[in-house]
Amino acid sequence: MARKPVSFTLNGAERDVFVREGENLLDMLRRGVGDLSPKYGCGQGGCGACTVLVDGEPVLSCLMLAEAVAGRRVETAAGLAGAGGLHPLQQAFMDGFAAQCGYCTPGMLMAARALLDRNPRPSRAEVIEAIGGNLCRCTGYEPIIEAILAAAEGRARA
Amino acid sequence: MGVTVETHASLAEAARAVEAGATLIAGGTIVMRRVNAGDQRLSRTVRVADPAFARISGGGGTISIGAGATMAAIAAHRDLDFLAPVARQLGGPALRNMATIGGNLFARAPYGDMAVALLALGARVTGTSGARPVEDLLRARDRAGLVFAIEVPRPRPGEFAWAKITRVHPYGSPVLTIAVHAPREGGRLRGVRVAFGGMGPGPVRATGAERALEGQPLDAATIARAAQAAAEGLEPVDDAVASAWYRREVAGVHLRRVLEGMS
Repeated sequence: MARKPVSFTLNGAERDVFVREGENLLDMLRRGVGDLSPKYGCGQGGCGACTVLVDGEPVLSCLMLAEAVAGRRVETAAGLAGAGGLHPLQQAFMDGFAAQCGYCTPGMLMAARALLDRNPRPSRAEVIEAIGGNLCRCTGYEPIIEAILAAAEGRARA
Repeated sequence: MGVTVETHASLAEAARAVEAGATLIAGGTIVMRRVNAGDQRLSRTVRVADPAFARISGGGGTISIGAGATMAAIAAHRDLDFLAPVARQLGGPALRNMATIGGNLFARAPYGDMAVALLALGARVTGTSGARPVEDLLRARDRAGLVFAIEVPRPRPGEFAWAKITRVHPYGSPVLTIAVHAPREGGRLRGVRVAFGGMGPGPVRATGAERALEGQPLDAATIARAAQAAAEGLEPVDDAVASAWYRREVAGVHLRRVLEGMS
Protein backbone atom coordinates (compact mmCIF):
# COMPACT_ATOMS: atom_id res chain seq x y z
CA MET A 1 0.00 0.00 0.00
CA ALA A 2 1.21 3.48 -0.85
CA ARG A 3 2.82 5.56 1.85
CA LYS A 4 2.74 9.32 1.84
CA PRO A 5 5.30 11.70 3.31
CA VAL A 6 3.86 14.16 5.83
CA SER A 7 5.71 17.03 7.51
CA PHE A 8 4.29 18.80 10.53
CA THR A 9 5.37 20.12 13.92
CA LEU A 10 4.74 18.07 17.04
CA ASN A 11 5.01 19.99 20.29
CA GLY A 12 7.24 22.51 18.56
CA ALA A 13 9.59 20.01 16.85
CA GLU A 14 9.64 19.42 13.09
CA ARG A 15 8.56 15.92 12.13
CA ASP A 16 8.72 14.10 8.81
CA VAL A 17 6.93 10.77 8.69
CA PHE A 18 5.41 8.37 6.19
CA VAL A 19 1.74 7.54 6.70
CA ARG A 20 -0.35 4.69 5.37
CA GLU A 21 -3.38 5.51 3.18
CA GLY A 22 -6.31 6.03 5.48
CA GLU A 23 -4.14 6.07 8.61
CA ASN A 24 -5.60 8.23 11.35
CA LEU A 25 -3.62 10.84 13.26
CA LEU A 26 -3.79 8.89 16.51
CA ASP A 27 -2.13 5.80 14.97
CA MET A 28 0.47 7.98 13.30
CA LEU A 29 1.34 9.71 16.58
CA ARG A 30 1.44 6.52 18.62
CA ARG A 31 3.00 4.06 16.15
CA GLY A 32 4.78 6.28 13.67
CA VAL A 33 6.18 8.91 16.02
CA GLY A 34 6.10 7.10 19.35
CA ASP A 35 4.11 9.76 21.24
CA LEU A 36 1.97 7.52 23.43
CA SER A 37 0.23 10.34 25.28
CA PRO A 38 -2.97 10.46 23.16
CA LYS A 39 -5.01 7.38 23.98
CA TYR A 40 -7.11 5.08 21.84
CA GLY A 41 -10.51 4.85 23.52
CA CYS A 42 -13.41 4.19 21.20
CA GLY A 43 -12.09 4.97 17.71
CA GLN A 44 -15.49 6.53 16.99
CA GLY A 45 -15.29 10.06 18.35
CA GLY A 46 -17.34 9.26 21.42
CA CYS A 47 -14.82 9.39 24.28
CA GLY A 48 -12.28 12.17 23.70
CA ALA A 49 -9.29 10.14 25.00
CA CYS A 50 -7.43 10.87 21.75
CA THR A 51 -7.95 14.67 21.89
CA VAL A 52 -4.96 16.66 20.60
CA LEU A 53 -4.63 20.24 19.41
CA VAL A 54 -4.16 21.03 15.72
CA ASP A 55 -3.26 24.68 15.14
CA GLY A 56 -4.40 25.30 18.70
CA GLU A 57 -7.88 23.81 18.32
CA PRO A 58 -8.93 20.51 19.92
CA VAL A 59 -9.67 17.66 17.53
CA LEU A 60 -10.27 13.94 17.88
CA SER A 61 -7.09 12.40 16.46
CA CYS A 62 -8.75 9.03 15.85
CA LEU A 63 -11.13 10.63 13.34
CA MET A 64 -8.61 12.79 11.54
CA LEU A 65 -6.59 11.56 8.60
CA ALA A 66 -2.91 11.71 9.51
CA GLU A 67 -2.12 13.32 6.18
CA ALA A 68 -4.45 16.21 7.04
CA VAL A 69 -1.91 17.63 9.50
CA ALA A 70 0.66 18.32 6.75
CA GLY A 71 2.16 21.74 7.41
CA ARG A 72 0.20 22.14 10.62
CA ARG A 73 0.98 22.40 14.32
CA VAL A 74 0.09 19.40 16.49
CA GLU A 75 0.23 19.50 20.28
CA THR A 76 -0.23 16.58 22.65
CA ALA A 77 -0.12 16.09 26.40
CA ALA A 78 3.48 14.92 26.03
CA GLY A 79 4.41 18.51 25.22
CA LEU A 80 2.71 20.09 28.22
CA ALA A 81 5.51 19.81 30.75
CA GLY A 82 8.39 22.20 30.13
CA ALA A 83 11.90 22.61 31.48
CA GLY A 84 10.40 24.29 34.53
CA GLY A 85 8.36 21.24 35.47
CA LEU A 86 4.75 20.24 35.04
CA HIS A 87 2.21 22.43 33.29
CA PRO A 88 -0.12 24.11 35.83
CA LEU A 89 -2.95 21.90 34.57
CA GLN A 90 -0.91 18.75 35.18
CA GLN A 91 0.06 19.98 38.64
CA ALA A 92 -3.55 20.81 39.45
CA PHE A 93 -4.71 17.37 38.27
CA MET A 94 -2.09 15.80 40.54
CA ASP A 95 -2.89 18.00 43.53
CA GLY A 96 -6.61 17.42 43.16
CA PHE A 97 -6.52 13.64 42.48
CA ALA A 98 -8.18 14.31 39.14
CA ALA A 99 -6.64 11.22 37.55
CA GLN A 100 -7.41 7.70 38.67
CA CYS A 101 -6.68 5.16 35.95
CA GLY A 102 -5.34 8.05 33.88
CA TYR A 103 -6.66 6.91 30.54
CA CYS A 104 -8.86 9.94 29.90
CA THR A 105 -6.33 12.35 31.41
CA PRO A 106 -4.33 13.34 28.30
CA GLY A 107 -7.54 14.12 26.46
CA MET A 108 -8.92 16.05 29.44
CA LEU A 109 -5.69 18.01 29.72
CA MET A 110 -5.70 18.98 26.06
CA ALA A 111 -9.38 19.95 26.10
CA ALA A 112 -8.66 22.05 29.19
CA ARG A 113 -5.54 23.53 27.62
CA ALA A 114 -7.55 24.65 24.58
CA LEU A 115 -10.09 26.27 26.90
CA LEU A 116 -7.52 28.12 29.03
CA ASP A 117 -5.59 29.33 25.98
CA ARG A 118 -8.75 31.02 24.74
CA ASN A 119 -10.35 31.87 28.07
CA PRO A 120 -7.85 32.03 30.97
CA ARG A 121 -10.53 32.52 33.64
CA PRO A 122 -13.44 30.29 32.67
CA SER A 123 -16.58 29.84 34.70
CA ARG A 124 -17.49 26.42 36.04
CA ALA A 125 -20.11 26.10 33.27
CA GLU A 126 -17.49 26.87 30.64
CA VAL A 127 -15.20 24.18 32.05
CA ILE A 128 -18.01 21.64 31.94
CA GLU A 129 -18.76 22.66 28.37
CA ALA A 130 -15.09 22.37 27.37
CA ILE A 131 -14.71 18.78 28.62
CA GLY A 132 -18.21 17.75 27.55
CA GLY A 133 -16.79 15.54 24.81
CA ASN A 134 -14.40 13.72 27.16
CA LEU A 135 -15.52 10.69 29.12
CA CYS A 136 -14.06 9.65 32.47
CA ARG A 137 -15.15 6.35 34.03
CA CYS A 138 -13.16 6.52 37.29
CA THR A 139 -13.12 9.71 39.30
CA GLY A 140 -16.32 11.23 38.16
CA TYR A 141 -15.99 14.70 36.79
CA GLU A 142 -15.88 16.82 39.95
CA PRO A 143 -12.13 16.52 40.71
CA ILE A 144 -11.37 17.19 37.03
CA ILE A 145 -13.56 20.31 36.91
CA GLU A 146 -12.04 21.49 40.21
CA ALA A 147 -8.51 20.91 38.94
CA ILE A 148 -9.11 22.92 35.78
CA LEU A 149 -10.62 25.76 37.80
CA ALA A 150 -7.67 25.57 40.22
CA ALA A 151 -5.17 25.78 37.35
CA ALA A 152 -7.05 28.76 35.92
CA GLU A 153 -6.99 30.53 39.26
CA GLY A 154 -3.32 29.78 39.82
CA ARG A 155 -4.11 27.58 42.81
CA ALA A 156 -1.95 24.67 41.62
CA ARG A 157 1.07 24.14 43.90
CA ALA A 158 3.59 24.41 41.05
CA MET B 1 -7.14 -4.11 -0.49
CA GLY B 2 -7.13 -1.02 1.68
CA VAL B 3 -8.60 2.38 1.28
CA THR B 4 -7.06 5.08 -0.92
CA VAL B 5 -7.19 8.80 -0.18
CA GLU B 6 -7.07 11.47 -2.90
CA THR B 7 -6.95 15.18 -2.23
CA HIS B 8 -8.54 17.47 -4.82
CA ALA B 9 -7.82 21.16 -5.07
CA SER B 10 -11.16 21.96 -6.69
CA LEU B 11 -14.75 21.05 -5.94
CA ALA B 12 -15.31 20.13 -9.59
CA GLU B 13 -12.55 17.50 -9.52
CA ALA B 14 -13.78 16.07 -6.23
CA ALA B 15 -17.31 15.98 -7.65
CA ARG B 16 -16.14 13.88 -10.60
CA ALA B 17 -14.51 11.41 -8.20
CA VAL B 18 -17.67 11.20 -6.09
CA GLU B 19 -19.79 10.68 -9.22
CA ALA B 20 -17.43 7.81 -10.08
CA GLY B 21 -18.21 6.17 -6.75
CA ALA B 22 -15.63 7.63 -4.36
CA THR B 23 -16.61 8.53 -0.80
CA LEU B 24 -15.97 12.05 0.47
CA ILE B 25 -14.12 12.53 3.76
CA ALA B 26 -14.80 16.03 5.04
CA GLY B 27 -14.62 16.38 8.83
CA GLY B 28 -14.02 12.65 9.18
CA THR B 29 -16.49 12.12 12.00
CA ILE B 30 -18.65 9.74 9.95
CA VAL B 31 -16.38 8.22 7.31
CA MET B 32 -13.25 7.82 9.48
CA ARG B 33 -15.24 5.59 11.81
CA ARG B 34 -15.71 3.26 8.86
CA VAL B 35 -12.06 3.56 7.84
CA ASN B 36 -10.99 2.73 11.41
CA ALA B 37 -13.31 -0.26 11.47
CA GLY B 38 -11.79 -1.57 8.23
CA ASP B 39 -15.07 -1.33 6.31
CA GLN B 40 -14.38 -3.30 3.13
CA ARG B 41 -17.06 -1.45 1.14
CA LEU B 42 -14.89 1.64 1.38
CA SER B 43 -12.11 1.71 -1.20
CA ARG B 44 -11.71 5.12 -2.80
CA THR B 45 -12.02 8.23 -0.64
CA VAL B 46 -11.51 11.89 -1.51
CA ARG B 47 -10.74 15.07 0.36
CA VAL B 48 -11.49 18.58 -0.85
CA ALA B 49 -8.88 21.30 -0.36
CA ASP B 50 -10.99 23.99 -2.09
CA PRO B 51 -11.55 26.89 0.37
CA ALA B 52 -14.94 27.52 -1.26
CA PHE B 53 -16.11 24.24 0.27
CA ALA B 54 -16.18 25.78 3.77
CA ARG B 55 -17.28 29.31 2.85
CA ILE B 56 -20.25 30.99 4.53
CA SER B 57 -21.69 33.89 2.54
CA GLY B 58 -24.72 36.12 2.07
CA GLY B 59 -26.09 37.85 5.11
CA GLY B 60 -29.53 38.82 3.82
CA GLY B 61 -32.57 36.62 3.39
CA THR B 62 -30.68 33.48 2.45
CA ILE B 63 -27.30 32.37 3.72
CA SER B 64 -25.13 29.98 1.74
CA ILE B 65 -23.16 27.61 3.94
CA GLY B 66 -20.42 25.59 2.25
CA ALA B 67 -20.93 21.88 2.94
CA GLY B 68 -17.47 21.74 4.49
CA ALA B 69 -18.23 24.44 7.09
CA THR B 70 -17.73 23.03 10.58
CA MET B 71 -20.16 23.19 13.46
CA ALA B 72 -17.64 25.42 15.28
CA ALA B 73 -17.61 27.84 12.31
CA ILE B 74 -21.41 27.90 12.23
CA ALA B 75 -21.66 28.45 16.00
CA ALA B 76 -19.29 31.42 15.72
CA HIS B 77 -20.71 33.09 12.60
CA ARG B 78 -22.58 36.34 13.22
CA ASP B 79 -25.17 35.73 10.48
CA LEU B 80 -26.01 32.24 11.76
CA ASP B 81 -27.24 33.10 15.25
CA PHE B 82 -30.38 31.02 14.66
CA LEU B 83 -28.31 27.90 13.90
CA ALA B 84 -25.70 28.49 16.63
CA PRO B 85 -27.72 26.74 19.38
CA VAL B 86 -28.07 23.69 17.13
CA ALA B 87 -24.35 23.62 16.29
CA ARG B 88 -23.33 24.15 19.91
CA GLN B 89 -25.31 21.15 21.16
CA LEU B 90 -23.65 18.77 18.75
CA GLY B 91 -20.86 16.62 20.22
CA GLY B 92 -18.09 18.23 22.26
CA PRO B 93 -15.78 21.09 21.25
CA ALA B 94 -13.30 18.78 19.48
CA LEU B 95 -16.02 17.11 17.45
CA ARG B 96 -17.49 20.48 16.52
CA ASN B 97 -14.11 21.54 15.15
CA MET B 98 -14.35 18.64 12.71
CA ALA B 99 -17.99 17.77 11.96
CA THR B 100 -19.38 19.60 8.93
CA ILE B 101 -22.87 20.73 8.02
CA GLY B 102 -22.73 18.69 4.80
CA GLY B 103 -21.73 15.57 6.69
CA ASN B 104 -24.58 16.03 9.12
CA LEU B 105 -27.03 15.47 6.25
CA PHE B 106 -25.63 11.94 6.02
CA ALA B 107 -25.54 11.09 9.74
CA ARG B 108 -27.64 8.08 10.70
CA ALA B 109 -30.34 8.28 13.38
CA PRO B 110 -30.33 9.29 16.14
CA TYR B 111 -27.60 11.70 14.95
CA GLY B 112 -28.13 14.44 12.39
CA ASP B 113 -29.39 17.29 14.60
CA MET B 114 -28.37 19.99 12.15
CA ALA B 115 -30.16 18.19 9.33
CA VAL B 116 -33.37 18.27 11.41
CA ALA B 117 -33.05 22.05 11.76
CA LEU B 118 -32.32 22.44 8.03
CA LEU B 119 -35.36 20.35 7.18
CA ALA B 120 -37.64 22.54 9.31
CA LEU B 121 -36.15 25.70 7.82
CA GLY B 122 -36.82 24.51 4.27
CA ALA B 123 -33.16 24.67 3.30
CA ARG B 124 -32.01 23.77 -0.21
CA VAL B 125 -28.84 21.94 -1.16
CA THR B 126 -26.69 22.58 -4.20
CA GLY B 127 -24.35 19.98 -5.59
CA THR B 128 -23.75 17.59 -8.43
CA SER B 129 -27.48 16.80 -8.42
CA GLY B 130 -28.38 20.47 -8.97
CA ALA B 131 -30.28 22.64 -6.50
CA ARG B 132 -33.07 20.93 -4.62
CA PRO B 133 -34.92 20.88 -1.30
CA VAL B 134 -33.03 19.18 1.52
CA GLU B 135 -35.81 16.58 1.86
CA ASP B 136 -35.06 15.31 -1.64
CA LEU B 137 -31.51 14.56 -0.57
CA LEU B 138 -32.62 13.03 2.73
CA ARG B 139 -34.97 10.65 0.90
CA ALA B 140 -32.11 9.08 -1.09
CA ARG B 141 -28.86 9.80 0.69
CA ASP B 142 -26.99 6.96 -0.99
CA ARG B 143 -27.36 8.66 -4.36
CA ALA B 144 -26.74 12.23 -3.25
CA GLY B 145 -23.59 12.97 -5.25
CA LEU B 146 -21.36 15.69 -3.83
CA VAL B 147 -23.07 18.47 -1.86
CA PHE B 148 -21.41 21.85 -2.41
CA ALA B 149 -23.46 24.11 -0.17
CA ILE B 150 -26.65 24.46 1.82
CA GLU B 151 -28.84 27.52 1.22
CA VAL B 152 -30.65 28.43 4.41
CA PRO B 153 -33.43 31.02 4.52
CA ARG B 154 -33.10 33.17 7.61
CA PRO B 155 -36.19 32.81 9.82
CA ARG B 156 -37.84 35.90 11.27
CA PRO B 157 -37.17 36.44 14.99
CA GLY B 158 -39.22 34.11 17.18
CA GLU B 159 -40.38 31.92 14.29
CA PHE B 160 -37.78 29.17 14.62
CA ALA B 161 -37.33 26.97 17.67
CA TRP B 162 -35.17 24.02 18.43
CA ALA B 163 -34.88 21.39 21.17
CA LYS B 164 -32.65 18.40 21.70
CA ILE B 165 -33.86 15.91 24.26
CA THR B 166 -31.02 13.88 25.79
CA ARG B 167 -30.60 11.72 28.86
CA VAL B 168 -27.01 12.84 29.44
CA HIS B 169 -26.00 16.50 29.68
CA PRO B 170 -24.47 18.58 28.27
CA TYR B 171 -23.93 16.23 25.35
CA GLY B 172 -25.51 12.92 24.57
CA SER B 173 -27.21 10.99 21.83
CA PRO B 174 -30.67 12.44 21.47
CA VAL B 175 -33.90 10.74 22.42
CA LEU B 176 -35.44 13.29 20.07
CA THR B 177 -34.49 16.42 18.26
CA ILE B 178 -37.25 18.84 17.32
CA ALA B 179 -37.12 21.83 15.02
CA VAL B 180 -40.09 24.07 14.26
CA HIS B 181 -40.36 26.85 11.72
CA ALA B 182 -43.61 28.68 12.38
CA PRO B 183 -44.08 31.77 10.17
CA ARG B 184 -47.13 33.82 11.10
CA GLU B 185 -49.31 36.06 9.00
CA GLY B 186 -52.08 38.05 10.61
CA GLY B 187 -51.84 35.97 13.76
CA ARG B 188 -52.17 32.65 11.92
CA LEU B 189 -49.53 30.05 11.08
CA ARG B 190 -48.64 29.89 7.38
CA GLY B 191 -46.18 27.40 5.92
CA VAL B 192 -45.41 25.64 9.20
CA ARG B 193 -42.71 22.99 9.12
CA VAL B 194 -42.06 20.61 12.00
CA ALA B 195 -39.11 18.21 11.82
CA PHE B 196 -38.02 15.41 14.13
CA GLY B 197 -34.82 13.47 14.60
CA GLY B 198 -35.14 10.07 16.27
CA MET B 199 -38.62 9.53 14.82
CA GLY B 200 -37.48 7.80 11.63
CA PRO B 201 -34.39 6.45 9.88
CA GLY B 202 -33.29 10.06 9.32
CA PRO B 203 -34.75 13.52 9.87
CA VAL B 204 -38.48 13.43 9.10
CA ARG B 205 -41.29 15.95 8.95
CA ALA B 206 -44.16 15.57 11.39
CA THR B 207 -46.93 15.99 8.85
CA GLY B 208 -49.67 15.26 11.38
CA ALA B 209 -48.52 18.09 13.63
CA GLU B 210 -48.04 20.39 10.63
CA ARG B 211 -51.65 19.80 9.52
CA ALA B 212 -52.92 20.57 13.02
CA LEU B 213 -50.97 23.85 13.10
CA GLU B 214 -51.40 25.18 9.56
CA GLY B 215 -53.76 28.15 9.27
CA GLN B 216 -54.43 28.23 13.03
CA PRO B 217 -53.45 30.74 15.71
CA LEU B 218 -50.69 29.33 17.95
CA ASP B 219 -52.91 28.97 21.02
CA ALA B 220 -53.31 26.28 23.66
CA ALA B 221 -56.00 24.38 21.74
CA THR B 222 -53.94 24.29 18.53
CA ILE B 223 -50.83 23.25 20.42
CA ALA B 224 -52.74 20.42 22.11
CA ARG B 225 -53.97 19.13 18.74
CA ALA B 226 -50.46 19.31 17.25
CA ALA B 227 -49.02 17.44 20.25
CA GLN B 228 -51.70 14.79 19.84
CA ALA B 229 -50.73 14.29 16.19
CA ALA B 230 -46.95 14.52 16.75
CA ALA B 231 -46.06 10.87 16.08
CA GLU B 232 -48.71 10.28 13.43
CA GLY B 233 -47.38 8.13 10.60
CA LEU B 234 -43.85 8.09 12.01
CA GLU B 235 -41.72 5.09 12.91
CA PRO B 236 -39.46 6.07 15.81
CA VAL B 237 -35.97 4.68 16.23
CA ASP B 238 -35.56 1.77 18.66
CA ASP B 239 -32.07 1.94 20.16
CA ALA B 240 -30.03 1.96 23.35
CA VAL B 241 -31.00 5.56 24.10
CA ALA B 242 -34.75 4.97 24.04
CA SER B 243 -37.29 2.47 22.76
CA ALA B 244 -39.55 3.27 19.84
CA TRP B 245 -42.50 3.05 22.26
CA TYR B 246 -40.95 5.67 24.56
CA ARG B 247 -40.15 8.03 21.71
CA ARG B 248 -43.71 7.78 20.40
CA GLU B 249 -45.10 8.46 23.88
CA VAL B 250 -42.96 11.55 24.57
CA ALA B 251 -42.79 13.13 21.09
CA GLY B 252 -45.99 15.08 21.68
CA VAL B 253 -44.96 16.21 25.16
CA HIS B 254 -41.71 17.71 23.92
CA LEU B 255 -43.31 19.21 20.82
CA ARG B 256 -45.90 20.87 23.05
CA ARG B 257 -43.14 22.43 25.18
CA VAL B 258 -41.34 23.75 22.09
CA LEU B 259 -44.56 25.24 20.69
CA GLU B 260 -45.49 26.78 24.04
CA GLY B 261 -42.12 28.49 24.04
CA MET B 262 -42.98 30.06 20.68
CA SER B 263 -46.50 31.23 21.48
